[in-house]
Amino acid sequence: MAVEKFPVEASHILMFARSVGDYNEIYADEEYAKTTEPGSVIAPPTFVQASAQFDPDYFLRPKPGKPWFGSGKEPTGIKKEDSGGGGGGGGGLHAEQHYEYHRHPKPGDVLTATVKPGKKWEKQGKRSGKLLFSETVTEYRDQNGELVVTARSVGVQTERPVDQ
Amino acid sequence: MALSASTLKVGDTYEEQVVEDLKRTQLVQYAGASGDYNPVHTDEVFVTKVAGYPSVFAHGMLSMGMTGKMLTNYVGDGRLTQYGVRFTRQVWPGDSLTAKATVKAVRQEEGGHIVDLDVSTVNQDGVEVVSGYASARVDP
Repeated sequence: MAVEKFPVEASHILMFARSVGDYNEIYADEEYAKTTEPGSVIAPPTFVQASAQFDPDYFLRPKPGKPWFGSGKEPTGIKKEDSGGGGGGGGGLHAEQHYEYHRHPKPGDVLTATVKPGKKWEKQGKRSGKLLFSETVTEYRDQNGELVVTARSVGVQTERPVDQ
Repeated sequence: MALSASTLKVGDTYEEQVVEDLKRTQLVQYAGASGDYNPVHTDEVFVTKVAGYPSVFAHGMLSMGMTGKMLTNYVGDGRLTQYGVRFTRQVWPGDSLTAKATVKAVRQEEGGHIVDLDVSTVNQDGVEVVSGYASARVDP
């Protein structure tokens, strides 16, 4: 997902760290963070994923006036024949995620994310039929144009829901 | 406290339980913080009646985030240089996960010391849900 402006904010880092169950004070307490090696609040390792919040077109967020596939009066807001299939229900499933840290983002950074499509491949799965994999590489750069995090993501569309 | 290359040995392990009895509320928290509002993670009606799964399930990135907590607790704040995973099984409400790092190599790179780790997170049945690797800067 391409993002022009991803402001890294302390309150967002706090909420994100809580959501992964990480109560390390470096994510929550500026004064404590000053006593640590990084010397300030930093983002936890998977935080850049939250750049989705700043992607105006992110497809996994409901948007005003547009159909949404989650339940309301009906189990889905989209007619089934339009949903495009995919056992994961919208967008498929996440297969792999890789990060390379050039440094760790901190409050005050304003990042951009640029996306390059990568390889696509197919595989026959035992538990979910035919699998369509696709890769994207996202570069997160800071306000000075310096590379901060390089992310490589692999998504998969399954033919049917994954057998349990 | 940072790790030290002089005391790390290949095969050393560190593990932590990163969640016990995962709650649907935590999936809601993760959706809100990350911005990934895919209803398969928070909408029991949609996921059972439309997507065809037995219940909501965790974002893969939540499993990776919880596993990352174990890593940063082990290697120290701001020390990770690489971290990557494959999501090998879905994680469900009620699951308890234990994340483990195993030292694969201790090496030098550009004058600094690096530890390479194998990373594995298993559920309460011992089934691997996340399989990956990480590297971190360590002290001499």
